[in-house]
Amino acid sequence: MTVLLWVVLPYVAILVFVLGHVWRYRYDKFGWTTRSSELYERRLLRLGSPLFHFGILFVLLGHVGGLLIPEAWTDAAGLSETAYHWIAVVLGTIAGVLTISGMAILIYRRRTVGPVFIATTRNDKLMYLVLAVTILLGLGATFLANVAAGGYDYRHTVSPWFRSVFLLRPDAQLMAHVPVLYQAHALSAMTLFVIWPFTRLVHVLTAPVGYLTRPYIVYRSRTPRPARRGWAS
Amino acid sequence: MRVMAQMAMVMNLDKCIGCHTCSVTCKQTWTNRTGVEYVWFNNVETRPGLGYPRTYEDQEKWRGGWRLNKRGRLTLTAGGRVRKLLSIFANPVMPRLEDYYEPWTYDYATLTTAPLQEHPPVARPKSLITGEDTRITWSANWDDDLGGALEHARGDVVLAKVSEQVRFEFEKTFMFYLPRICEHCLNPSCAASCPSGAIYKRTEDGIVLVDQDKCRGWRMCVTGCPYKKIYFNHRTGKAEKCTFCYPRVEVGLPTVCSETCVGRLRYIGLVLYDADKVLEAACTPDDTGLYEAQRKVFLDPHDPGVQRAAEEAGIPHDWIEAAGRSPVYALISTYKVALPLHPEYRTLPMVWYIPPLSPVVDVVRDTGHDAEDTGNLFAALDALRIPIGYLAELFTAGDPEPVEASLRKLAAMRAYMRDINLGREPNERIPQRVGMSGESMYEMYRLLALAKYDERYVIPAAHAEQAQRLEESVTECSLDYEGGPGMGGSGPFGETSGQPVPVAVENFHVLRERQTSDTAAGRLDRGARVNLLNWDGNGRPDGLFPPRGGDDA
Repeated sequence: MTVLLWVVLPYVAILVFVLGHVWRYRYDKFGWTTRSSELYERRLLRLGSPLFHFGILFVLLGHVGGLLIPEAWTDAAGLSETAYHWIAVVLGTIAGVLTISGMAILIYRRRTVGPVFIATTRNDKLMYLVLAVTILLGLGATFLANVAAGGYDYRHTVSPWFRSVFLLRPDAQLMAHVPVLYQAHALSAMTLFVIWPFTRLVHVLTAPVGYLTRPYIVYRSRTPRPARRGWAS
Repeated sequence: MRVMAQMAMVMNLDKCIGCHTCSVTCKQTWTNRTGVEYVWFNNVETRPGLGYPRTYEDQEKWRGGWRLNKRGRLTLTAGGRVRKLLSIFANPVMPRLEDYYEPWTYDYATLTTAPLQEHPPVARPKSLITGEDTRITWSANWDDDLGGALEHARGDVVLAKVSEQVRFEFEKTFMFYLPRICEHCLNPSCAASCPSGAIYKRTEDGIVLVDQDKCRGWRMCVTGCPYKKIYFNHRTGKAEKCTFCYPRVEVGLPTVCSETCVGRLRYIGLVLYDADKVLEAACTPDDTGLYEAQRKVFLDPHDPGVQRAAEEAGIPHDWIEAAGRSPVYALISTYKVALPLHPEYRTLPMVWYIPPLSPVVDVVRDTGHDAEDTGNLFAALDALRIPIGYLAELFTAGDPEPVEASLRKLAAMRAYMRDINLGREPNERIPQRVGMSGESMYEMYRLLALAKYDERYVIPAAHAEQAQRLEESVTECSLDYEGGPGMGGSGPFGETSGQPVPVAVENFHVLRERQTSDTAAGRLDRGARVNLLNWDGNGRPDGLFPPRGGDDA
């Protein structure tokens, strides 16, 4: 069971995430969009959307710092365990609260503003559910384990496991005795990665950073008819 | 010198009768789908008026186009690249649907399904956005023919630039129509605003298009375009815009709006220009200098040097030859009667307008004077500062001189041609007064009054040897592509996701679906609705008649 959850499942998630995106990009470039609902409603969106998006970007940075950077590195940089812990908890909570409040506003908007709700597909609803559960579990883990239960150092268990998966030496035992909330958060995140390529979340992968460097005006020749996408091409 | 060719248009506003045929045929062709119900690639505005979307010309508010920064460099009014990316999660200055209008249809079904009652049943307006009952409060041409002008015309952004007294006078004296399509600018700010780089200018003919596969729906282009001619399809989540009917133009046909124009007021032709001078022209310090600066970017297609440079730049010979016959170049550069719309946005627009003389003529006629006499018309032009001031705000960033020069030429042509038509000796002093020869004035008259189809639309077809490269080739069956017909429909990831289909195929499916589907206005869901605008007279939209049989009770 441990192996299934912490070795098989992560690789399945990674595989689906990567291949899913490749497949979606080939099959469905036209559907690759944020599907903005700003035209329907702007007031709530202008509050909720930046809150959520900037919040989640900070959360992402936090995860990079917490999961990818080994404890040895921060130690070497002269950062004590307690200091790291407090920085992580405080910044993580701030980012988490930003994200949660943004998401609350956005979900409220999606449910109550008529046109926005009509434009919500079942696919969207599933995505919102998994995303919200993942974020809530993550914030819950941070908050309960660290503040209420006096601290939990995931950098000895979750982080090494996470890196071990990517180093192709998965060590499931590391995750076996991690608090339930952390386990649940990781499982729910894997679910999110599995459905990711098939939801509107794909817009994340085409964040337009190239805009910073490309020339303003794009010229393009009348191109040959694009080869139709599909497996046989 | 880097010669490029641009497909451009000139509209003769004197001839526009405001019939909206161009708008309707364009809509039938391009925006008859769900998601773009509110979209008019071509719309006709009454001036003075608010325009569509309302007050779009107020760039203090909508922040479209380019401006010069303190160092005199060209920047996007809505902010540069970093600022765009930081505000990407919620575009701060995007027009709301209310700024366009909430599209609606009528609940026609009640007309036939209502039970017997004392008063005839009423088809209630239903919003196409929410499906609920709605109140119709605005549309794309709500203030048509100055309807409600006392209330609305004061909101006219252009009018606000003219002084208060002038404003009052203006409302009493004159009105004209302004048909608008995408300007297919030489320096398009929509393309510059697009974070994904999905909006591009075609190198062959300068048509500005949105790559539907690359568009990610960030909506910055809607803000970037000062003419508000990029629209967001709220069903597909992609930007859409006027395409200059590229599938038609590629085979030498004029755009649908031009083809169906009742007044025959549109001219289409090529303009050769020097791409290296575009930025310099757009950076002209003075707003009023932009008209001249843009004209200097254009190259004389009769000049052998230009022709040689064009050949070297790879422009086919027949295209260069067509540029020489271009009515657009003649009206812009030879006769200098056409002017650009809002050059102060610094996008170097390529749909130009011949300002309307008829309001001036009307005033002269109403005073009982001879409205075709040059003396009277010139005097009136001098006296009627108001309409000229207004036209100047539209076409030359406020400089009355080019507008006046253009109107004087039109007035002179009127008087000169009257003598000829009445069999009198033509008065050669009339053309001389506006710096033209009698011969060139006659040629201009021919172009403005008599020009036939092939003189108004000089459109060289895209090249035969390039036929395989056409986006929609005419040399093969347009249904003949991998996946074949039947690929239309909604993908699993939201509205109309999945493989893009050629325009012809899409239209084929939309038409067939309209005739056979259970829902009237596209495949959907939003309760019964009948959109007669989308109905082509064939088939039977659901809800138009009560369901057949089994409903006897």
